[in-house]
Amino acid sequence: MKQLVVKDIEKCVGCGLCMYACSRKFAKRPEIGNSSSAILAVSLSGFERGATVIFCRACTEPPCAQVCPTGALKPKKGGGVVYIENLCLGCKYCMDACTLNAIFEREDGKIAVCIHCGYCSNYCPHGVIAYEEVEV
Amino acid sequence: MRDAVLVIDLTNYSYEIEHRPDLFEKWIGGTGVAVQLLKEHMNPKADPLGEDNVIVLATGPFTPAYPLASKTVALFKSPLTGNLGESHAGGRTATSIANAGYGAIVIKGQSKKPVYLVVENGEVHFKDGRVIWGIPDSLIVGRIIAENEPGRGTRTMMRIGGAGERLVRYACVTTETYRHFGRLGLGAVFGSKKLKALIIRGRKKYLPADTKKFREVYDEIYRTAIESDAMKKYHLLGTAANIIPLNELNSLPTKNLQSARFESAEEISGEALAEHNLGRRIACSHCPIACIHLAALRIPYENEPYFYKTIMISYDYELIYSLGSMLGVGSRDGLLRLIHRVESYGLDAMSTGVCLAWATEALSKGIVSEKDTIIKLSFGDVENYLKAIDYIYEQPNEFYKHLAMGIEHASDVYGGKDFALTFGGNEMPGYHTGYAAHLGYATGLRHSHLDSAGYSIDQKVRDLTPREVIDRLISEECWRQVLSSLVVCFFARGIYTSDLISRAFEPLGVEISEEEIKRKGEEIYKEKLKLKVEMGFKPENLRFPKRIFKIESLHGKLDEKFVEEAKEYYIKKVREIIG
Repeated sequence: MKQLVVKDIEKCVGCGLCMYACSRKFAKRPEIGNSSSAILAVSLSGFERGATVIFCRACTEPPCAQVCPTGALKPKKGGGVVYIENLCLGCKYCMDACTLNAIFEREDGKIAVCIHCGYCSNYCPHGVIAYEEVEV
Repeated sequence: MRDAVLVIDLTNYSYEIEHRPDLFEKWIGGTGVAVQLLKEHMNPKADPLGEDNVIVLATGPFTPAYPLASKTVALFKSPLTGNLGESHAGGRTATSIANAGYGAIVIKGQSKKPVYLVVENGEVHFKDGRVIWGIPDSLIVGRIIAENEPGRGTRTMMRIGGAGERLVRYACVTTETYRHFGRLGLGAVFGSKKLKALIIRGRKKYLPADTKKFREVYDEIYRTAIESDAMKKYHLLGTAANIIPLNELNSLPTKNLQSARFESAEEISGEALAEHNLGRRIACSHCPIACIHLAALRIPYENEPYFYKTIMISYDYELIYSLGSMLGVGSRDGLLRLIHRVESYGLDAMSTGVCLAWATEALSKGIVSEKDTIIKLSFGDVENYLKAIDYIYEQPNEFYKHLAMGIEHASDVYGGKDFALTFGGNEMPGYHTGYAAHLGYATGLRHSHLDSAGYSIDQKVRDLTPREVIDRLISEECWRQVLSSLVVCFFARGIYTSDLISRAFEPLGVEISEEEIKRKGEEIYKEKLKLKVEMGFKPENLRFPKRIFKIESLHGKLDEKFVEEAKEYYIKKVREIIG
């Protein structure tokens, strides 16, 4: 199966194009801004130390799904989760459970989590991330 | 269209959010809207360092919809020139303001005690800034706030260093460590308001009017940016690529423009920096180019064997000019240490370098003495320039107090006007290419080389008449009002043509023709010029330093008569435009 993977984290320039791509990923309802984005470019406590991207690494035993009280997050075959938005209470237990802090709060109080669609990888100008077949 | 304006009052620690569709529909955003907000909120006679000065930060309609719309415009009254101050910065400021839901932010009043502000959607938090006040190093201030405030990755962190606190009239505001509202002293205005830092964070969304076209136009801009030659120069060596060509064209101001060729240009060129020092490149938010070049400098501790520090220093053409060739500094390590010192205090690099170059010549001519300068300033002497930068911040005597007010002022006090390289009170940028460059600094509304790119006219065209030069400069500056209202990076000007701009507006639900866009540029130019005149700008008083006529440029020796004729014509044009 295909997943979003990191190719060379040291090449990240912190431009955040991936974040804005994530907001546009649905052809029928692309968004402008970062509310629904599930990938985040950050500096390493100041840009003097460079930058990095944070997103779901598709755990095979995802803690976020284990703490979800309503089943809004369900483990996906091969790793990662499926997010069923209308079941989500906005409790944010999942955000606490993720060691990478890779689940983000949206403007409306619900969450954004990477679904490994790979759309953002088309907009990484420096080859930091890619969408590739991975062994499950 | 995003139309919220956040108005913050530091005197009363209060704020309001207004919706102003009128402003954003008519004046686009950025500089167009900021001019109107400054007119509404500020008395043009305000003391630049008093309670009545107002800061406007404005973003444009393409942020964060499209790539390369990564800039923010700041408008204020400049404590350096006493007239309109405008500076632009990248980093994450524009996207953070937009993602927090604002089109513009107005900051009025003056706090009694040091504060820093945290702005988010719908709220402003006034935070006690006493503990971080007095920390002179803007990098340290940034780290402390980064550790204490949430919003990693979605926030901007604008702050001042010691120079802003001590009201050096050319102190800058630094954002995201390496980007600056550099010119004309916004840092001193922050300092006068006891505002140490401004953090803005947000996670909002907006919906395009036409979803399909939105993704199509986005992809077109993105592809052009990364695949065409439009921005290639910035991908590779960065703006530092200009050092060698400008030196070869007799256009690189050297040793306070006693020459326009620098014998050590190769040493401090973009090529040499890339080969020996380039350690990393980073980008402004939502820009694929990553033009921010960081040099890694390894510095040994003299008395401690095997003990080093490695610092990362952002360099660009203008810094290499002002702290390199202008000061006769031909060693890369020396140059980088000077840039780092200026960065730490939060000084404008261009003004600092030009001020030190003037002081060096003033000392050598005996206009000032070593008692004034405390140390012997001489071209190429990095160690003493480092000390002199400390003194600009510390202001230990009358001389450095004056120098901290810029050399238009210092040369009023001490003399040496002929070689005080300022235009409209602002220290000159690094192009001695010919008439258009110098006339551009003088007539440009922010006295910047970026107002009207005279250096580019000089390199492309020969044999223009004085009138033709002025007409071309004004025409280019009118167009650039569109770019700085949108607010797209000027480096992307080859991509954002009037045709593309018109098409990019469409998916956002705005219909605007190419002609209308151009007309708006002219209207914004006129509004800004009128505001400048209300603030006391008199084109009759424009001064051209005698030095520029003495040194060969790309156009040979410049003729004073040509410049006088151009000035007369410009005065007439100003009258015509403002009516």
